[in-house]
Amino acid sequence: MAIIVDERTKVLVQGITGNQGSFHTRQMLEYGTRVVAGVTPGKGGETVHGVPVYDTVQAAVDSHGANAAVIFVPAPFARDAAFEAIDAGLETVVIITEHIPVHDAMAIMAFAAERGATVIGPNTYGICSPGKCKIGIPPNVVFHPGPVGVVARSGTLSYEIVHSLTQSGLGQSTVIGMGGDRVVGLTFIDVLKRFEKDDSTRAVVLVGEIGGTAEEEAAEYIKTMEKPVVAYIAGRSAPPGKRMGHAGAIIERGRGTYESKVKALEAAGARVAEVPWQVAELVRAALVAGPVAAE
Amino acid sequence: MKLYEYLAKEVLSQKGIPVPPGRLARTPDEAAAAARELGPVAVKAQVLVGGRGKAGGIRLADNPEEARRAAADILGMTIRGYRVESVYVEQKLAIDREFYLAVTVDAGAKKPLVIASARGGVDIEEVPEKEIVRLHVPPQWGLMPYAARELARRLGLAGPVAREVVEIAIKLYEIFREYDAELVEINPLAVCAGCVVAADARLNVDDDALFRHPQLPRVVDATPLERRVRELGLAFVELDGDIAVMANGAGITMATLDVLQRFGGRPMNFLDVGGGAAAEPMARALEVLVSTRPRVILINIFGGITRCDDVAQAIITARDTVGIPMPLVVRLAGTNVDRAVAMLEERGISAFNSMEDAAARAVALAAGA
Repeated sequence: MAIIVDERTKVLVQGITGNQGSFHTRQMLEYGTRVVAGVTPGKGGETVHGVPVYDTVQAAVDSHGANAAVIFVPAPFARDAAFEAIDAGLETVVIITEHIPVHDAMAIMAFAAERGATVIGPNTYGICSPGKCKIGIPPNVVFHPGPVGVVARSGTLSYEIVHSLTQSGLGQSTVIGMGGDRVVGLTFIDVLKRFEKDDSTRAVVLVGEIGGTAEEEAAEYIKTMEKPVVAYIAGRSAPPGKRMGHAGAIIERGRGTYESKVKALEAAGARVAEVPWQVAELVRAALVAGPVAAE
Repeated sequence: MKLYEYLAKEVLSQKGIPVPPGRLARTPDEAAAAARELGPVAVKAQVLVGGRGKAGGIRLADNPEEARRAAADILGMTIRGYRVESVYVEQKLAIDREFYLAVTVDAGAKKPLVIASARGGVDIEEVPEKEIVRLHVPPQWGLMPYAARELARRLGLAGPVAREVVEIAIKLYEIFREYDAELVEINPLAVCAGCVVAADARLNVDDDALFRHPQLPRVVDATPLERRVRELGLAFVELDGDIAVMANGAGITMATLDVLQRFGGRPMNFLDVGGGAAAEPMARALEVLVSTRPRVILINIFGGITRCDDVAQAIITARDTVGIPMPLVVRLAGTNVDRAVAMLEERGISAFNSMEDAAARAVALAAGA
């Protein structure tokens, strides 16, 4: 088991003929992901690394029965692409594109809610259930199968932390990038709920950062969880009012501070690592001490 | 992108939201001339931060001479790091009541949010929660008149003032949509002798949507150094320490700064070269870091899309072109790390594999060890 994506997931790539789309299609195929079709308007009939290309998502779905889409189209056209995927009934839509206007993101999320679609991103590295399916852009060598669920806002920080988990012999059930934008589809709390129900996940790592209140909202749910949660929050030293790379990573009007997030998480019973390399040892300790390990 | 008050008010006024008459002035003489036209005025510093009133950035003037003196005092002031280069000279209002009205993005709810309060004129953060009215707006439908009427009712309004506020709320939401705003705020929304006017206004436009708004003036909110690095397409924020940092990815860059601080060091900047930047812009960015004369430069890379050999090439290029006279600490892991380490070792540069060791070394070097 894993969450959201597994070996049965059939993926279509929107923007498959672009540089990014084509490069990562090859990477995903090499990983073993079932990439069944691609979409680029006007390029129908071509193939990219052997994957057939269609002009519209509906045409691709009609021929191949895909159930997940990954979007690599440029920001000005990403809203249209996401609506197209949701309208065609795809269950999971992963939006890699960064710099999508926040009003477009709100429109996408409203439409997804109406249709019951799961959106991951925008501005995410994607999702991977190691050994089963990778949708997005992480290097193929980073993730390894195991019992730890990981959800993060940032890509390279995920890789850093996952790398140290793997080095400590702790593989991952599913690794999910929420995305660094302010308005994203799946948030920590949605992912935690799924990990809590997933048989293959025994502990959860939450990698947050300053800005917004997603970590505080997640803390409310962590209080009710059986499985141990280990968190790391980036941005302790960030000055207020400065946007630290991600659109969402900013302390505005006193909200979204490191202290507020750590306080909420610790009060909820999560173990908070002070430095990234401490995460693995806290997970190990939690697995030994936690109720799950006693089963 | 934050707009100055006078630009935000221009937008409001074009939409039909009443604003007091005013003129922008860049010199005391211009301020005096504006006051001659407008009568008693408020002279207001145009800066991109709040709290200017408390900082002495707003003064009342009853005649042109007072306006000239007020402008002379305010122009050139520095308010929370921002130098005042212009003042807005605006007709003084006889305010009866002050409200707060704003539309913003609620990231948690993924929806627009209207925020209003009958306690305007102060920081909304200082208003008790029970005196704040919040209303989520479904982005598919927008702010319907009935919802705006309910908002006015919850503010305790009735009669003609309620009608005015309803109309202003609907227009404000339209501005929020049409301008791809992250925030549009009127504080205070002033009631003066039966009329309702926007006495102060803010409009922050989503940077990622600026491509849809070519007509908007571009307001740059960055230091010259920040501008230089951002032009390379990289995320950069200037800080006040002495260890320059280059890392890849927003999260890992923030974490690098945190670790430096934890070890007793002081980071000098946030520089994120993530997203697979090529060797060339990374070399340019590194040259900019060298030009800021840090005590130490720390490069922390966990290669994914960013390839460690490209980073090594950037280091070599920067060293060959401008030279790197200060100590350089490099940490490399991930994609093509072996090749990168070999490239650097050929030139006598060693690289750490662990972030912890590299950060500790950088802090020790900055401390003079």
